[in-house]
Amino acid sequence: MDLFEIIFYFFAAIVLVSALVVVLSKNIMYSAFSLLFTFFGVAGLFVLLNADFVGITQIMVYVGGILVLIIFGVMITTKVTGVDIKEGISGKLQYAGAGIITLLTAIFLSLMFINGKWITGSSTDVHATIHQIGTLLMTKYILAFEAAAILLLIAFIGAALIGRRKA
Amino acid sequence: MAIGLNHYLIVSAILFALGIFGIITRKNAIMVLMGLELVLNSANINFIAFSKFGGLNIEGHLAAIFVIILAAAEAAVALAIILNIYQNWRNINVDEIAKMKE
Amino acid sequence: MGHNTLLILATIVLLLPLASFLILVTNRKRLPGRSAGIIGTSFIGIGLILSIIIAAHKMVTFKMLPMIQYKFDWFTVGNIPVKVGIGIDNITGIMLIVVMLISFLVHLFSVEYMRDDVRFSRYFAYLGVFTFSMLGIVIANNFFFMYIFWELVGLSSYLLIGHWYEKDSASNAAKKAFITNRIGDLGFFIGIMILYFSYNSFMFDEIFTKINYGILPFDSGTMLTVAGILIFCGAIGKSAQFPLHVWLPDAMEGPTPVSALIHAATMVAAGVYMTARVFPMFTGWALIFIAYTGAITAFIAATIAITQNDFKRVLAYSTVSQLGYMIMGLGVGAFTNGFFHLVTHAWFKACLFLASGSVIFAMHKAAHHFNDHHTDAQDIRNMGGLRKTMPLTYYTFLMATIAICGVPFTSGFLSKDGILAGTLAYAQLNGHWLIPIIGFSAAGMTAFYMFRLAIVAFHGQPKTEIAGHTKENNWVIVFPLVLLATLSLWFFYSGNPLDPSKGWFHEKVKPQPTAVLGNLQWAFLIPYESKNPSHQKVLQRVYGIEPKDEMDMMDEMPLKPEAMGMPNPHMKPDAKSANQQALTDDEMMVNPHTGKKEMPNDEMMVNPHTGKKEMQNEEMMVNPHTQAMAPNSSTAKVDAHIPQHAEMGKEKAKNDEHKAKGEHGEAGAHHAFNKFEEQSHAAHIPAMIISLLCAGIGMLLSFSIYQFKFADPDKLALKAGPFYRLSFNKWYFDEIYNVTVIGGTMLFSKLLGLFDNKVVDGLVNLSAGITRVTSYFVGHFDNIVVDGLVNLSANVTGFSGNIIRKLQTGRVQSYVAFTITGIIILLYYFW
Repeated sequence: MDLFEIIFYFFAAIVLVSALVVVLSKNIMYSAFSLLFTFFGVAGLFVLLNADFVGITQIMVYVGGILVLIIFGVMITTKVTGVDIKEGISGKLQYAGAGIITLLTAIFLSLMFINGKWITGSSTDVHATIHQIGTLLMTKYILAFEAAAILLLIAFIGAALIGRRKA
Repeated sequence: MAIGLNHYLIVSAILFALGIFGIITRKNAIMVLMGLELVLNSANINFIAFSKFGGLNIEGHLAAIFVIILAAAEAAVALAIILNIYQNWRNINVDEIAKMKE
Repeated sequence: MGHNTLLILATIVLLLPLASFLILVTNRKRLPGRSAGIIGTSFIGIGLILSIIIAAHKMVTFKMLPMIQYKFDWFTVGNIPVKVGIGIDNITGIMLIVVMLISFLVHLFSVEYMRDDVRFSRYFAYLGVFTFSMLGIVIANNFFFMYIFWELVGLSSYLLIGHWYEKDSASNAAKKAFITNRIGDLGFFIGIMILYFSYNSFMFDEIFTKINYGILPFDSGTMLTVAGILIFCGAIGKSAQFPLHVWLPDAMEGPTPVSALIHAATMVAAGVYMTARVFPMFTGWALIFIAYTGAITAFIAATIAITQNDFKRVLAYSTVSQLGYMIMGLGVGAFTNGFFHLVTHAWFKACLFLASGSVIFAMHKAAHHFNDHHTDAQDIRNMGGLRKTMPLTYYTFLMATIAICGVPFTSGFLSKDGILAGTLAYAQLNGHWLIPIIGFSAAGMTAFYMFRLAIVAFHGQPKTEIAGHTKENNWVIVFPLVLLATLSLWFFYSGNPLDPSKGWFHEKVKPQPTAVLGNLQWAFLIPYESKNPSHQKVLQRVYGIEPKDEMDMMDEMPLKPEAMGMPNPHMKPDAKSANQQALTDDEMMVNPHTGKKEMPNDEMMVNPHTGKKEMQNEEMMVNPHTQAMAPNSSTAKVDAHIPQHAEMGKEKAKNDEHKAKGEHGEAGAHHAFNKFEEQSHAAHIPAMIISLLCAGIGMLLSFSIYQFKFADPDKLALKAGPFYRLSFNKWYFDEIYNVTVIGGTMLFSKLLGLFDNKVVDGLVNLSAGITRVTSYFVGHFDNIVVDGLVNLSANVTGFSGNIIRKLQTGRVQSYVAFTITGIIILLYYFW
């Protein structure tokens, strides 16, 4: 087992375990913080896949932006830290149903992925992705890029407008 | 056994399933949002994995970046809505909020 | 002018009164003053001119043709087309003139008579439809049309008799006329149905031809007699014969001109006309029935008329009596004279009625002048002395009275004498002496009561102030009287005032031949003419004329089936063949030389009730006739005339026939083929003498009692006692009918009501009960089973809905779960 494999399993374990904690934890703060680990793990996996720029972006946007936003939301709505899985039979039933669906989804997706006849081919150049990304964003994906920019602007204005305390 | 495409895909599948689980089971709107982030991340893993092993190259990265952009926008708007709801009802339980439709 | 023109003209004549009716009915309120009357009168006037043209053309231009006909298929019942049409022969032509002229005069008269009537234009409209209906009967050549117009006549008479319907008596009289006629019409209808069922045709000529071929209804001669009597029932009702005569005197409640129209030209004439029209189909027994009906009617009505005091009522009973004469004349076979009497009677009876109308009108005016509303203007006891005040009315009335009494130089003498001669001949031939006896006594009574009427009303001193102040009416009323009185003179009909037989009327109206075969008919009547060869067989068979030889018979044989089959394709084949067989058998059996047994005259007619059997036994039938017709004629002589008979027309054949039997007849002086004509000619002089004697006695009595007062009529009445009361109360017919018919009907109705209440209602209630019980069970079934099923399905739906509703939580998370599940299933499925 070489180092590469060890690193992969390490990151995969971080991702899955922390994700498990996210969805199962009764304390919302725990969930939020373990989500941090999940994002880190995913970023690590990205780096392992030669996607350094995407990995950095992942950390910056998710950890630095989204997660902070989430934690802020959690803290503003402080009251909501308790148990939110319903008690009683119906709650348990719902839990079990969700679990079954989740399990089936996981198994089925895994099987699909494993048995899938994917088009495989080796990547040409794994270095200096940032340069290539920049070139593509400014050339081939310029329209999507601009649209994404406008979307972000709209989302920013919209979020500000919605979140504004009403007079 | 060398780490290949399947490993990443299985991780992504499990992450996806966990995200779905979170979305379904959680009452708290913020927790639902977190589940959603997990699902998006699992999708990103797939993109990147295919960009390396499937010959998608750098374009997979671009897709992942756009997904991240969308996720950021989505998170911002969603949290704004959640805050607004909270201000109105003092509650962000999705079952309770269902009363809104009435 | 061709046939078609004539037929079109006849149709126009028929439609003119209808047009008048429609115009008047639709413009009732808009016509000012008396214009309605003038319109109606002018329409009828045009019709009168046209009908004179038609009659003249028929009798002069087309005298060889028996009947000009137009036939068409009106509609189809099953697959048998119902043929209808119109026809014109001499009788029709003469009737057209009679109807139109009298209708015209009545219209004219009414313009003055009805001048102050509130329903003036409606009155003329009804007169129009009345004339229309009668014309329809006259020009119909089939039972179907005749029946339609027959009922129309009944309807319009109802409307006119009930013209003053505010009066109870008028509306009751109208109802009585209508209902009494219905009774007769029912018989008529059944008779028509029997004929139609048997012959599949309504056409007169087709029916007669088939009867002449020996086809009988239900293969029975009795049924033919029955059918004839039933059809005659229509005439009993319409022509007011005993026992349905009761409506006619009551019909006096209508306006007097209407009475004139009913009595002279339209309604009562319809019955006689119809009897004349269908004369060929009456069997011997039916004719006996007809003759006796007529005789009884004539006698009863005459006896009643003697004691009546109402001016119009006397005339009404005289009409009934005269109608009895006509029917009797037709019944005894004096066809020409019976019909002749219809025509002559039409003139003088119209004259009498219009004169009575004139008198009543004048009486009313005078009464109005005196403000007297209590005196009965129609009671002859209130009259008297009118001869001075109303001379023209008096003289015309007297003229008509003389005519109706049968005094020579009048038309009444000619026709009445002919009928009486006919009855005498009839009695001589078959021994029914009662008929002439009644005929002569009725003639005497007629003279008595008519002169009683004339003397009491017109002679002597005025019995009331009103009668003394009557005035002669203006020309509109008098002109019809004068014209009609003139028509009562003899020279319109015959140059010889004592013998009509050479006059144009007898020339044009020939004795009607009978279609009924020998064994069912009096042998002395003229056989029906036919061009069909098979008919020659009938002649041979019935009249004993031997065919030339066997070869001739063989020649004619093959013609028969098609001749037989042609007219009636729908006839039952077995009946046809049976008839054919009968004919063949008959021919073989006929042999005038075999059984020349001597037989008395009155046995000449073979009993029709056993006719079926005697079809086989031909000698019985033929021989007496042979005896009577040609006792001395040799075979050779008769043989010589066979070809002629087959080829030549009616007249010639008859002449020849007669000459062949020359030694029997009076050297061919008359065109009398038959014994009856000869006999009645022979009876002419005795009949004349006897009838004059009777009439003279009647007049003498009348004058001695009422004019010279040799006896007091009241005392006589007291002496006569029961007879007087019987006559005065009209033989209690109304009372008898009240008790029997009306009472019976009421009783029957009560029984029916009881039946209705108990049985029918019981049944209804029973069925209602059954229904209720059934519905109770059905209701429960409904509640439990049907509703249960419905509720079950509803519950199933509700239950499943309840389950499925759970899925629609409205929670996004559940939807996500379902979506994911669905996606996975889809992916799995399409993998």
